[in-house]
Amino acid sequence: MALSLGAHIILACFGMAMPAMIYVLHRKGINGDEAALELAKRWSKIAGVLFAIGAVSGTILSFEMGLLWPGLMEKYGDVLGTAFALEGISFFVEAIFLGIYVYGWDRLPPKKHILMLLPMVLAGIAGSFFVVSVNAWMNAPTGFTEVDGVVVDVDPLAAIFNSAVPLQFLHMFFAAYMVAGFTLASIYAVGWLRGRRGRLQELGILVPLAFAAFVTPLQPVVGHFAGQRIADDQPIKLAAIEGLAETESSVPTVLGGIYRDGELVGEITVPIEGLASFLAQNSFDAEIVGLDAVPEEDQPPVNIVRFSFQIMVGIGTALVGLVAVAAWRWRKRRDTFFDSAWMLRGIALSGVAAIVAMETGWITTEVGRQPWIVHGLMRTEEAITDGGWVWYSLIGLIFVYLLMGVAGLAVLRSMSRRWAAGEKDLESPYGPAALETSAA
Amino acid sequence: MSTADLVAAVMFAAITLYAVFAGADFGSGMWDLLAGDARKGAKTRRLIDHAIGPVWEANHVWLIFVLVFLWTGFPRPFGQIMRDLAIPFWLVGLGIVMRGAGFAFRKFTPDIRSARLAGIVFASSSVLTPFFLGTIAGAIASGRVGTGQVDTEVIWLSPTSLVGGALAVGTCAFLAAVFLTEEANRRGDVELAEELRLKAFITAALTGAVALIGIIPLRSDAPTLFDGLTARGAPEIALSVVAGLATLFFLRRRELRLARISAVFAVAAIVLGWGFGQYPWILVDTVTIEDGAGNSATLFALLVASLIAVIIITPALVMLYRLADTDRLGQ
Repeated sequence: MALSLGAHIILACFGMAMPAMIYVLHRKGINGDEAALELAKRWSKIAGVLFAIGAVSGTILSFEMGLLWPGLMEKYGDVLGTAFALEGISFFVEAIFLGIYVYGWDRLPPKKHILMLLPMVLAGIAGSFFVVSVNAWMNAPTGFTEVDGVVVDVDPLAAIFNSAVPLQFLHMFFAAYMVAGFTLASIYAVGWLRGRRGRLQELGILVPLAFAAFVTPLQPVVGHFAGQRIADDQPIKLAAIEGLAETESSVPTVLGGIYRDGELVGEITVPIEGLASFLAQNSFDAEIVGLDAVPEEDQPPVNIVRFSFQIMVGIGTALVGLVAVAAWRWRKRRDTFFDSAWMLRGIALSGVAAIVAMETGWITTEVGRQPWIVHGLMRTEEAITDGGWVWYSLIGLIFVYLLMGVAGLAVLRSMSRRWAAGEKDLESPYGPAALETSAA
Repeated sequence: MSTADLVAAVMFAAITLYAVFAGADFGSGMWDLLAGDARKGAKTRRLIDHAIGPVWEANHVWLIFVLVFLWTGFPRPFGQIMRDLAIPFWLVGLGIVMRGAGFAFRKFTPDIRSARLAGIVFASSSVLTPFFLGTIAGAIASGRVGTGQVDTEVIWLSPTSLVGGALAVGTCAFLAAVFLTEEANRRGDVELAEELRLKAFITAALTGAVALIGIIPLRSDAPTLFDGLTARGAPEIALSVVAGLATLFFLRRRELRLARISAVFAVAAIVLGWGFGQYPWILVDTVTIEDGAGNSATLFALLVASLIAVIIITPALVMLYRLADTDRLGQ
């Protein structure tokens, strides 16, 4: 499940954020910028491939809900299901309009064609909201009452709009634009560094980077408030993030180190007294709940949560720095914007970095909730299937995803090579024309 | 009719839409498999690319809808189905991934060899996926889910399941042959259309035979379903037979658009017949729709969501199909 989700979440980011970026390019294209129009065409094809894989990996996920978590679904399926139904509608809308948009090149009048992107943008936002809402519900379950272990009085709206959803959604929404923006920009930055320089590459770096630059500085702010919510609702998750064994007041922020037998070893303490307390509770001498507030079997694996969190924050900070440099150059050195090899190298790395940051963030929230699958109500071991074949299916899944990943990258590479070689329409190799050339 | 019945009806409508639309996509994959070598089959494969390229993702979403409705509206039967039928579900999942990825990748592969590989993956999984979906339907319809029979037999390989699998493969191939004949004809490739028309005749005969003969083992293997099919489900079965015959008639007269419509009716009627046949059970002989239903507020929310879906999705889908059909929109 984690594997499928981890793969799907990357694809979902592109599905969410690419339509808006394509829209900007397409609009420039309609206003006469041919390179932008060509780039919009290419990206719509890439989005098509990514979306197709996203659609099937999403289906696997919905199978897994039942195959791996029958316990969760049998008990809470009707509480968290409404959000899934609404997500299904959003996804449907996106699939339909993607079909229309990709097929619509040269078939629809441009003014009408570009409008097909707008429902995709909206559906991407709505769909991710509802999916995140389910995850947020697992962190802050609400919208029902439980009598003797049986769920009664379900309030679907209350379940969807649970207390964790606003911040978690914003955090994910920004993350999607960061992942898609930095990744696309990084691909063209690598091309630039290798000498492929032109208007197309310029746009390929600038447009997605602009989107990412807009949300990157906001992300830590949202993350900060999301952290404060955790301090209130899921104090043990916060304790794991901080590596805090016992409840204390005026807690400092500590970086690095390994948590062993109730204490951190080899950590670095930031010399501001009570910084962690301040970040969590807005007061330098506030109390933070420690891991010992709950019995050991209710504590998450501290080191995984801590490391993941710190990697996420570290990368996030670095990306804010990168964006600051790029923004400064854009304002002051626009004529020579692309002359800084260091900045371009930074952009080239930013894609992978953003993906790592998102995945570690996701690990933080998921592993930090353990041993609960539904916070405080259902343990993961109660939800998981008792089928002995789980390990076989895991091995099978790893294999399939590896295969799909390799094949997907190979196809995307081949697309970009053929574009680089000047092909425009990418005829299928089994088409008659291609057959004749390959036979000749 | 209770709220639970309504939700079940909506779910069955989605199953029917999936069977018809995605069925035609799966069937196209089967014809892709049988199209011959790269040179001979190129024309068919290009036709298939054109025909299902823009629509298959949208058609696929119906399945996700069905799953979501099942786990939200009927969480406990859903859990039971997934526990008892885990193996065919994993196989369906695998088939869906292979089919989707194979199809999406094939179009942009660098050379003929990798196109062939992606094509084989796409086409063979187009056969396996509907087959296993059919066996799942058979296991549920024959009353084997939730009874503990899973401990003593492979419940998704019972006679009813095999009939279900064969019928699923047959109807997909039949739908696709009719759709593709019409598509080829519309694109002006008469030769290809005639070739596909012949295939449509053959599959229609075979599938019809499977459907009619397949009812016989149901009598002893799935008595509840058999009784339902011969009573409540009888009109649908009759409608399916009539529509199937009408399709043959239209194919013969080369009224291809009408053939397409009657083929849709023939397949939709079988699926609906199954639904009526097993009413009021959600898991035949073990759980009724009423008993298996989730919380009533959620059921109501699902109905509201379906209404929203109808309002938003119908016009969009119509637009998509019109574009795929005519190559233009409102010009």
